[in-house]
Amino acid sequence: MSVLGSSIKRREDPALITGKGKYTDDFSAPGMLHAVMVRSPFGHARVKAIDIAAAAGAPGVAAVYTAANITASGTPGVIPTAWLLPNLKTPAHTLLATDRVRYVGHPVAVLLAESRAAATDAAALVKVDYEPLPAVVDPKAAVAEGAPLLYDEAPGNIAFDWELGDKAATDAAFSGAAKTATLTFRNNRTLPHAIEPRAALAAWDSENGKLTLTMTSQNPHVHRLLMTIASLGLPEHKIRVIAPEVGGGFGSKIHHYADEAIAAWCSIQIKRPVKWTATRTESNLTDAHGRDHWSTAGIAIDGDGKIVGLRIETHAAMGAYLSTFAPAVPTYLYGTLFSGQYDIPAIHVHVIGTFTNTAPVDALRGAGRPEATFAVERMMDAGAAAAGLDPAEFRRRNFIQPDAFPYQTQVALAYDSGNYPQALDKALKLADYDGLRARQAERRADPKGGKLLGIGLSSYIEACGIAPSAVVGSLGAQAGLWESAKVRVHPSGSVTVYSGSCAHGQGHETTFSQIVSDRLGIDMDQIDIVQGDTEEVQFGMGTYGSRSAAVGGSAIVKSLDKIIAKGKKIAAHLLEASVDDIEFENGEFKVKGSPGQAKAWGEVVLNAYLAHNLPEDLEPGLEETSFYDPANFTYPFGTHVAIVEIDPETGEIEILRYVAVDDCGNQINPMIVEGQIHGGIAHGLGQALWEEARYDESGQLTSGTLLDYALPRAHHLVTYELEHTVTPCPHNPLGVKGIGEAGAIASPAAVANAVCDALKPFGVDHVDMPFTPEKIWRTLQGRGS
Amino acid sequence: MFPSAFDYHRASSIDDALDLLASHSEAKFLAGGHSLIPMMKLRLAEPGVLIDIGRLDELKGISEDNGSIRVGSLTTHAALAASEALRRDCPILAEAAALIADPQVRNKGTIGGNIAHADPASDLPAVLVALGATIHLKSKSADRPVAAADFFVDLLATSLADNEIMTAIEIPKLGAGTGSAYLKVEHPASGYAVCGAAALITIANGSVSAAKLAFNGVTAIPFAADGVSEALLGSDAGDEAVDRAMAALAVADPMSDSYASGEYRTALARAYGKRAIRAARDRAA
Repeated sequence: MSVLGSSIKRREDPALITGKGKYTDDFSAPGMLHAVMVRSPFGHARVKAIDIAAAAGAPGVAAVYTAANITASGTPGVIPTAWLLPNLKTPAHTLLATDRVRYVGHPVAVLLAESRAAATDAAALVKVDYEPLPAVVDPKAAVAEGAPLLYDEAPGNIAFDWELGDKAATDAAFSGAAKTATLTFRNNRTLPHAIEPRAALAAWDSENGKLTLTMTSQNPHVHRLLMTIASLGLPEHKIRVIAPEVGGGFGSKIHHYADEAIAAWCSIQIKRPVKWTATRTESNLTDAHGRDHWSTAGIAIDGDGKIVGLRIETHAAMGAYLSTFAPAVPTYLYGTLFSGQYDIPAIHVHVIGTFTNTAPVDALRGAGRPEATFAVERMMDAGAAAAGLDPAEFRRRNFIQPDAFPYQTQVALAYDSGNYPQALDKALKLADYDGLRARQAERRADPKGGKLLGIGLSSYIEACGIAPSAVVGSLGAQAGLWESAKVRVHPSGSVTVYSGSCAHGQGHETTFSQIVSDRLGIDMDQIDIVQGDTEEVQFGMGTYGSRSAAVGGSAIVKSLDKIIAKGKKIAAHLLEASVDDIEFENGEFKVKGSPGQAKAWGEVVLNAYLAHNLPEDLEPGLEETSFYDPANFTYPFGTHVAIVEIDPETGEIEILRYVAVDDCGNQINPMIVEGQIHGGIAHGLGQALWEEARYDESGQLTSGTLLDYALPRAHHLVTYELEHTVTPCPHNPLGVKGIGEAGAIASPAAVANAVCDALKPFGVDHVDMPFTPEKIWRTLQGRGS
Repeated sequence: MFPSAFDYHRASSIDDALDLLASHSEAKFLAGGHSLIPMMKLRLAEPGVLIDIGRLDELKGISEDNGSIRVGSLTTHAALAASEALRRDCPILAEAAALIADPQVRNKGTIGGNIAHADPASDLPAVLVALGATIHLKSKSADRPVAAADFFVDLLATSLADNEIMTAIEIPKLGAGTGSAYLKVEHPASGYAVCGAAALITIANGSVSAAKLAFNGVTAIPFAADGVSEALLGSDAGDEAVDRAMAALAVADPMSDSYASGEYRTALARAYGKRAIRAARDRAA
């Protein structure tokens, strides 16, 4: 069996599960100080004065700094936004707040002490004189007349007003439609909750003017670049960013926050190493949150149950400032997905991004695509109801057909490949959909039917493998989104790969080694994967957007192809054959059609380094670097089915079964694919059933601890029933699409459709997530079936 | 987070613990630490002195005599859940203990610490009230038994005096013909009871001769629904009789938070009270 496509156990796990993995907070440096941030307890306030005297004199305290110190140091101290939209408002965002704080958790001062305990005690002594201001926390309330204003330069709190698609054609489609349906819904704000909180250890080497910053990062080169051009202003080659083991990110460790750069600035200022590690509470207050939309959507259908138009207007919270890639999330990663799996002739998407007195919102597992899928799939159920069709039949009638690829949607994307009916059929069969519907009908007919059975479908599409650089550049990205890989073959034949991807739980050491082992025919134990260190890796865009296999993996393949091509030249020379006649197979360079005429991998590699007998035009050594820029996004898809039961007496929901059929193209390691699907589904079920980052009117995060913010636990969940189809990606060499986000993209809509399906006999057409028991109970109060 | 600074003393005996308590104001006993330490880390509690009673073997363990079971205050939830004596003669306490939090918490958390903390959403208080348990308190001068129903005074407040330590909880054995059940609606984040219903039903000659229904999580202190219990007496405890009895449920001042309003907690009490009674009835048979 080929190593590619095998469920090889993760090579990284023995160290991690025996506690030997080293995370940022596990590192220390001689003379290290501990930083603790002093944060705003107000959602919105004017900072009138900061008195640091008592804190500065407390035991063990080395320094207390405010924004004034950073300004005086000459460090730029600006946190950038790296994705720009037309007419985007980008108010200045500094490392420490100056005269205003705009969310609870906004840092106003940093305190350094000899121990973390001393720093924690002394931080409470920093006296900040705040003048509280009215706050606004809801993305729609933010644009209401008279709403408190966060920035003078952003009237109405509007950060951007963006649209995509053809409004006139869509309006016309609605005018001429046989039926239409409209829903207004919320996509609830959630917290990222990486198990490892953000952390940084900054060590300034004043002799060499060089900063080494060990930090929790999904993309160390991007962090370094942003620190060079914006926050720290140090030359790029004078910053080394190292991401050691990273305990999950879900997007939250992509962004450039204040804290890590503050730790770096402190180290430079005080000429001692400085460590900062967030508490769980700080993480919840300051990690970029996800989602937080209000939307109104409409679907228009003709007499045959075909969709003729889809439109949506969304208010998306940006939070108190624009995080690194925030403007892209509810626009290009959201609006472009509104064709779903369907052939829709007219689509219009209108998004208003608003500033709110909350933590910033940025990419979180799925980033825009879960929100889009939720909207599209809820509208598919609303459309099915309007058309009087079963939700599965309505989807089937509207699918883009397998022979229609490549398919150009009305919202910019060109889907490369897909077979949507096949995935739906497989999911329905696995779920026994017809049997479930029959059981549901029986129960509904029985006056003592007991619990309410609900069946929900979610036929999702996502755009990942982010992303073709020229395309994203034209859409406002201030970066290319290619990936790099250097393959170094050592003289004895073993291999080190330097990848710009940066795993934080994904298993790249295993999957990337599988790619190398498959291509070169060498054992896995002859291969090492190096990631996450700007000093070792040439450059990298990092790991997010389900891009590492499709883009990072393809970069490795590209370098391996160059290695093999060079090896062939050497082998041809040694074998006195034409290069064109050499083929490479199972670790051997062979002359086609001449059995026995072959050179082993090791011999060719050694010759490359001995260089005693190389072709004239060939350099010694065997090492190749590639920068792979994808031709298109990749488009994983599938259909998920959630089956739920609601207790009508209490509103409690039980997930009875969860069926998922996913298509991520070729699978490098099916066990890892399955693990990603499991985690993704759990993530989405969490959003659907339990999770909600709630702010009160003054801007306090009232669900900021794990005592009241419910993350899904093993006993809340069911054993998922998984199947897959394989429709390879046609434009990358591995035929892979990405699977890190699919579960989180598909599952909220599947559960929402199931819950709303269960409540349908009561005349309920929508309930907002999270589906807490009391919300369901209230919905059912006073309604007969 | 870090707790504020505190002094630590380890008690060598019950008397030593009471001496240490007498000689330090602002002192708190540390047993399993699963309520106190989290509060200290959040700086919601800042005791200046901790007296660690965790190694006092005389406070640990479960013993029985003819009519009752005596549970030492330092007995862990895991030990309650595993106790043969409890499972045989007072299964509801073992059943409730097994529903507390997770194995790690159950292995460290103690019954004494749990009820002394008097968290209204805890699982044991209503069970002890329903059982008519006696809480044994001891000061340097006297031993003082207190009925569970009188022990809980208010939210996080008990009748435990500043100079007292809890030594044991004494529980009457349930006789033949008595069924019991503890059902819980768990908060999905904290695992605490949003509503916990403890029911005891004794059936003699086909009718209910004794009944008790009490709730955790619904009100600030465990709430005994005596109206329901009384309405069950003499009935056949059939589903209709249970429904009729539940009509007598009146919840005064239910707690309310962002997860569950008072109105909803009352609805849960109604649903789960009924279910707990039915389950107890089925087990009484």
